[in-house]
This record gives sequence, C-alpha cells and structure tokens, in this order.
Amino acid sequence: MSDRTIAAISAGLNQPSSTRLLADRLADATVTELEMRGLSATVETFELRDVAHEILNAMLTGFPSGDLRAVLESVTGADGLIAVTPLFTTTYSGLFKTFVDILDKDSLEGVPVMLGATGGTARHSLALEYSMRPLFTYLHADVARTSLFAATDDWSGEDDARGGLHTRIRRAGREFAEMVAGHEKAVPIDLYTDAPTFDQMFGQL
Amino acid sequence: MQFGIFSVGDVTPDPTTGRTPTEVERIKAMLTIAQKAEEVGLDVFATGEHHNPPFVPSSPTTMLGYLAAKTDRILLSTATTLITTNDPVKIAEDYAMLQIISDGRVDLMMGRGNTGPVYPWFGKDIRSGLNLAIENYALLRRLWDEEVVDWQGTFRTPLQGFTSTPRPLDGVAPFVWHGSIRSPEIAEQAAHYGDGFFHNNIFWPMEHTRKLVLYYRRRFEHYGHGGADQAIVGLGGQVFMRASSQAAVDEFRPYFDNAPVYGHGPSLEEFTEQTPLTVGSPQQVIDRYASMRDEVGDYQRQLFLMDHAGLPLKTVLEQLDLLGGEVVPALRKELGARRPAHVPDAPTHASLVAARRAAGVTPGEVPTALDHWTGRSAEDDAAAADAVTVRGPA
Repeated sequence: MSDRTIAAISAGLNQPSSTRLLADRLADATVTELEMRGLSATVETFELRDVAHEILNAMLTGFPSGDLRAVLESVTGADGLIAVTPLFTTTYSGLFKTFVDILDKDSLEGVPVMLGATGGTARHSLALEYSMRPLFTYLHADVARTSLFAATDDWSGEDDARGGLHTRIRRAGREFAEMVAGHEKAVPIDLYTDAPTFDQMFGQL
Repeated sequence: MQFGIFSVGDVTPDPTTGRTPTEVERIKAMLTIAQKAEEVGLDVFATGEHHNPPFVPSSPTTMLGYLAAKTDRILLSTATTLITTNDPVKIAEDYAMLQIISDGRVDLMMGRGNTGPVYPWFGKDIRSGLNLAIENYALLRRLWDEEVVDWQGTFRTPLQGFTSTPRPLDGVAPFVWHGSIRSPEIAEQAAHYGDGFFHNNIFWPMEHTRKLVLYYRRRFEHYGHGGADQAIVGLGGQVFMRASSQAAVDEFRPYFDNAPVYGHGPSLEEFTEQTPLTVGSPQQVIDRYASMRDEVGDYQRQLFLMDHAGLPLKTVLEQLDLLGGEVVPALRKELGARRPAHVPDAPTHASLVAARRAAGVTPGEVPTALDHWTGRSAEDDAAAADAVTVRGPA
C-alpha cells in the first residue's frame, strides 16, 4: 500500500486530450516529488467523459450509479486531488462543473487540490484564478498556490528555465507534493456518526 | 405483512395522448383506485398531502372519510401527513374523528413534505423544519395520550387545560409511522417512540435505504421497544406489469421517459437496475420484492406507487388486478414462510386495544374527578387564567 493516494480528474473531451496530458504530467511531477520525500504514491486518473451520462443522471436522480460511484469514492477519499479542465467560453467546462456540483459539499474540506486548465491561448490563463479557485475555495479545499495553465503553444516543446511548461509543472508538483505529504487524512464523515439523539433534538427546541 | 398502495395525487399529462386530466377527474380517480385496492384484497390505501399544483390531495381526511364510508376492510393511511406545517391540534382532532368514523381503520405517516415553499404557506419557517417535526409530534402524542394537556413550546401558542376532541377510539391513538428518505433524525424520532419507520425507497438504491432502516432498527432496540428485528418497517415500491415483460416495458417506457421525477435522465433499464422500480411480468415483480427483506430484514408494510406519471385510470385498475390477484398473494406466502415467529405484524387498532387491555387499562375510562368539560377547574390554574385575561382596563 502506498503512503499517499492522489486522484486526478480530467474533463478533456478529445482522444488524445491535452487536458488529460496535463493531468498526467502534474500527477507524475507530484509523485516524483513525493518520492524524493520518501513517500510512495498511487495515482488514480479519471476522464469525466467516461462517466458523463452517470454525472448527469446523478444530478437528475440524486444518487450516483455505475462507474461514477468508484470515481466519487476515489476523488473524495484521496490525500490530494488534481483537477484539470479545458476552458470553454471563459471558464471550466459544464461537464467539469456538473461533476463538482454532485460532490457532497463537505467532501473536499481540507483536501489539497491542485488546479489545471487548458486553452487555446495564454490570454485565458486567469480563468484559473477568477473561476476555478473560488469554486474550490467555496468547498473549503486546500487549494495550491500555483495553478497550471497550458495553452496550445506550451505543448510545442520549447522550454526555458524561467517560464516554460516543464518548469512550471515541476514547480507546481513540488508545491503540491509538500501539501499532500503534510496532509492528515480526516476520518470520513458518516451520516450516522454525528446523528443527534432524540434527547439532544428535543433539548434544543 | 401489510400490502397496499400509496398515491402522490399528481396531475400529469399522459405522454402517449398529451391529455391532462382535470383536478376533478384526478380526485375521482384516486377514490376509484382506493376502492379498487380493497376489492383486489390489498390492506392499505395511503394518500399524500400536497398543497401545490400539480398535486390534488390537499385535504386527506376529507378523502379518507369518504373512503371510510365506501369501504369495509382496507386500512386508510397517509403518505405523508405534514407534521411540520399542520397544527398538531388539528391533526389530533381530524384523525381521531377519522378513526371513529372508520371504526379504527386508520393510521398515519408523518413527513416533512417535498417542497420548501410549503412552510411559509402555513406560516412556518423551513429553517425550523426538523424542530417543527420534533416538537409538533411531541405535542400530538400528548394530545392523543393524555385527556388534559398543558403545553408550552416554541412553535405555537401555549395550551392550558386543553382536551382534544373527540378522544381517540377506545382510548388508543392511531398507529404512527415516520417517513424519511435521508434523515437519521427522523429514524431516531421513530425509534424513540417505538413508532414505525417508512422508507420511501422508490427513487433510491437499496443500499441507501438499507443503511437508514438498519439505523432505525438499532435505535429501536436501544430505546427498549424490542429487538432490532422487531422494529416496524415499511418500504415503498414501484412496479408496472403485463403478462410478458416485453409488453410491460414497451407500454411503460413513454411514461417512464417523461415522468416528473426521473424522466429525461437515466434509461428505464438503468433505473430499474438501480432502484426498486420493476417493469415486467408479475413473476419478476414477485421475485424482486421477495428479495427486499434480504436488504432490510423482515418488514411489516409494503406500499406500491401505481397511479402516477400520467397513467390512465383504466391501466392503473388493470395494474391493481395484477397486484392483488397475482403478486401480493405470492409475496404473502413467500415472505410469511420466511418470517420468524418473533417478528411482529404492524400494529393495528385491534392489536393496540388488545395490548392495552393486556396491560390492564380499560378503554374509554374518563377521569371522573376532573371537571366534566375541560378536565380541570379554573381555580386549578389561576395564574394561567390571569396571564390571558388580566390586561388592565380595556
């Protein structure tokens, strides 16, 4: 068993997908950095497209079904979450948001989260800061300082020591690994553990 | 074990014809359906209580009072009575009256309703939903169980020396179920009182239902009402049947695809796999519902939702013929054979009266030492009288 588990979700739609590629690169960088700290890590990566129908059904019926259950279990039980979406029309994709919407609102509380996004040009990069970050702040996740935006140009292979994609991924991975390493897993919240007794309910009237 | 039907009373267009029944048609259809339920040998008819379109049953005791006169045997119940927004004094009166009119053929299921806006319609605050359920029910119990009630709570004006009339039939209040699909608090409330707990699982996977029911069972035992396997459990159900399963699927699919709750979401096949909805032959329904006990333990009441999603009355009546004629007799036999002797049936008026007699309480005893009308004299409570009458010069 590994010391840490990391869940990565990619809302990319194409095959192959640059969003998925970014998620994988971020996950690899994090694992490498964790290993340098003497911690082994397992990564489970999910393409939301694979459970797109189940996500919408969960929104409509109120309960998850099929493979989505395993995805939710992994995402809400991990020591860290890497969340990567393409930017559509100024913000995260609808599929990405719908997935976040079906998460229990307390399920990411205190969980280290690294944000990533892909888009056509670097002009969209601040979407990570004005829409992605507030979303996870609202969920009381522990959001990493460095988020990672990859435009089409970034994949061209050129890199320089100061601002290239590879450098930025390494920095993001290092930062995130530190958060994941220091993260103490919370006891999973059960609906019934904290259920009040009758006397408690009657007493507070 | 009791088998019956419960109706939400929704007015929904028939997706195959586009026709929407009128309120009058829908209400009359509910009355026909309830009487048909008795005719085909079912044990329970329960009506919902809703106060907004597209639902019609806003006045359950009016409907159930009529049905009490038109039927002889079937138990009349609710699914659910809004314990949050109804005045518990009125619930106590209405259902004691219905109990007498129906010769004890009544019980109730308490619920908090399915829509937030209902609270302000009756002058209540949704943020107090759970507290209303706790306090109102505590008062309701006292109004039925005690002749004369002094009461002060958070949510309604105090009561001084109040006697709810008529008194419950034979001095025994109707049996109460508490319905909830996701609140351990309500399971706890049911367990505390030793009342029944009903999980309307029709839109939920069984493992969700199972957790809540097992929680109720544990708490029932904790409060000393009996073993966990003796707690009083009810489940919802939803079926559509034809002689061949393909015919059932073909006929029901348009109703499923457009149903208000789950329509335009999962496929019929997915939803039948994930929830208790069963669409097929009577034998498929028998097999599916005979297995529910494997999830929640031996239980006492199974109610089916049969008239919904725009199904025409004629179809619903045919479904009831299949339910009463084939499914329920087979389930009675199969579940009866597997049920251990120490698991009780759901309490009825007769069983509650018998239990009371066994405990040495004679029904209908009126405390004679007290004032005939109010149960006490004004002098007993001068302070309370002052509080409401002494206001200085008018």
